[in-house]
Parts: sequence; C-alpha cells; structure tokens
Amino acid sequence: MSNTPGSNPTWQESVYAALKAARITQMGYVPDAGHAHLITAAHADPDMTAVVLTTEEEGIALSAGAWLGGQRSVMLMQSSGVGNTINMLSLPLNCRMPFFTLITMRGEWGEFNPWQVPMGASTQPVLTAAGVHVRRADRADEVAEMVAASAALAFDSQIPVAVLLSQRLIGAKVFVK
Amino acid sequence: MSRPNDGTLDRRDVVATLMRDPGDLLVITGLGAATYDVGITGDRPQNFYLWGAMGGTAMIGLGLAIAQPKKHVLVITGDGEMLMGMGALATVAAAGVTNLSIAVLDNGRYGETGSQFSHTGLTTDLAAVAAACGWANTTTARDMDEVAALAPRLRTENVFAIIRISAEEKPRFLPPRDGAYLTDRFRRSLGFTND
Repeated sequence: MSNTPGSNPTWQESVYAALKAARITQMGYVPDAGHAHLITAAHADPDMTAVVLTTEEEGIALSAGAWLGGQRSVMLMQSSGVGNTINMLSLPLNCRMPFFTLITMRGEWGEFNPWQVPMGASTQPVLTAAGVHVRRADRADEVAEMVAASAALAFDSQIPVAVLLSQRLIGAKVFVK
Repeated sequence: MSRPNDGTLDRRDVVATLMRDPGDLLVITGLGAATYDVGITGDRPQNFYLWGAMGGTAMIGLGLAIAQPKKHVLVITGDGEMLMGMGALATVAAAGVTNLSIAVLDNGRYGETGSQFSHTGLTTDLAAVAAACGWANTTTARDMDEVAALAPRLRTENVFAIIRISAEEKPRFLPPRDGAYLTDRFRRSLGFTND
C-alpha cells in the first residue's frame, strides 16, 4: 500500500485527524497492533500527550482526570481489555463525564487464538450493560466519520461512548500485504 | 519481627497538616477514610472526593496533572486503594509529570470493611514499589515532624510518600458524594463550564 499523506490518507490517518478535530489532547492506551498507527502518531505529536497504561481501567481514570482539568482524552484498547474496565466505568457515569474509547476487536473474524473469543463475543453486551453507548465500524470508508460523530456524542452529551473497530476492518488493512 | 507497617500517627492530624492553607492545590482523595479525612479539613471546590472507582485515584491525578501543568496535584489515598491500582505507580512514573504527588495514609488495614490486614500490613512496602517503578522521590513519614516537613514538598515536588498512621478508626465525616456536582464545581473552579 502506498499513500501520500494528505492526498489519499489511510483510514487510520483519517481517524487520527478526527481525534485532533475533536480537540483531544490526551491518549491513554494499552497497545494493540490495530492501534499502532494512532499510538505512533500521538507520540510524534507535540500537542498530544500519550500515556501507556499497565491495564485498561487506568485509562478510564486518566480520562476522568483530563476532563476535570479541562482536557479531552481518548482511550485505545482491544476487546480483551474491556472486561478489566467495568467497575471503573462507574466513574464517568456517576460524574456525568465523557468517556471516549476506540476498541479493536478480536475473536470475531478469522481469529486464530481461541483465548480471544470469549471476551470478543461479550464485548458489546458487556459495555452496553455497563452504560456505555456502543458504535461499530466494519468498513474503512465509515470509520473516520463514525469516530468524529462518536467523539461529539461523548464530549458534547457527556456520556461514555465506545467505537468498536471490527476485526474484519483491522485485518483487511493491517494484516493483508 | 515487627510488621512492615506499625504506624502510630493520628490520621486526622496528618491530613490537617497536609491540607493547611491549601491555596489552589488540586486534591484527589481515595474512597473511604481518605475522603472523610480530607473532607473534614474543610470542603472546597478543588477537592475531588472519590466514593468508588477503587484503584483509580492516582490515574485521575495523572490526567489532571497533564491537563493542568501550571498547578500542583496531590493525591491522598489509603493503602488498600493504592494497592488496587498499583500499576498506576508504573504508569505515572513513566509519564514523567512533575506536578503530581501521592500521599498514602498507610495503616496496613482495610478500614472500611472490618480492619482486615492489607498487603502493606503483611509484606509490601509501597514506597519501595514506587521507587522500583521509577519514582525518583519516595519517602516514609513516621512522626509528625516528618509529616510537617513533607507537606510543602507534596505541593511543589513529584513525591510518593507513605505516611504511617495508626489503625484507629475515626468517626465518619461525609463530604458531598454527588459525582456530577463534584465534577462541575471542580471544573468551574478552573474556569471550565459545560456550555
């Protein structure tokens, strides 16, 4: 794949641009190959503070602290990390704070590792049960718009919002040469 | 052999010393007694009391410290809350902020649930954990002179402090617990509204 930045951006580049347009300046992440572009872009951006986390619930609390201090944060994780976050989600809900997360999906499309399947299958219902509004992107041409609209929903309505990036989407762009 | 933690300090005296004339210090408190201890020193918009979200206090402090680099953030929490979020000691150190300190009121007990021993009452030294995570300044205060010397450092430096308090239980003091209210007034104190 060859792309000239700005002329024909990859969907990952468009997602980063959407985060910037949403005035997000903090990024907490537990690394995932599907998020690698965003993580690299954030560390290279002097106007973005990227924080590597030891576990996903840290990212909920980081986002809450950012909001208290007048900044907007995004959290990157993969579906296997969602189970780690559940009690901490009471923080944005109780405090009527935004929480915005991008979640790369595992265990749903050509998965080779059976250990990813249970959490992948329960990611959406678990998040919904915990009070998070869930959106899902399956196609490259819809991702950036979905991220932009979901960020607006989270920060303007001050609610937790997750965008699931499907494994078909991730696989199609990251793993196929 | 004595336990790692055999603290004697009165927790209310300790927190009164830490919170004296707080100015614009931004304070995040861990659920349970730390929230009560800070609340009884005088409610203020720049106090953000947690009543839940156990394990998240230090990370809230980090997000806030990044967002407010010209102000100082003080996290005041208990040993059980810090133990639940122990990974945050690594995350905060790696983030490299300089305007955040953490004070752990360490009685080696889970006071809210019947005073069961916590890990700091058994084998764990959290100051050593923090140092191993990369905190350059860690300290343990065992008497009120050390607490008095520590207080100004917590407002100006990047310190992880263990303060060895007694396991004596104090009467509960209940500051506001409406999270939306606490959030809104905290943000307004910094000039942010939701409009």
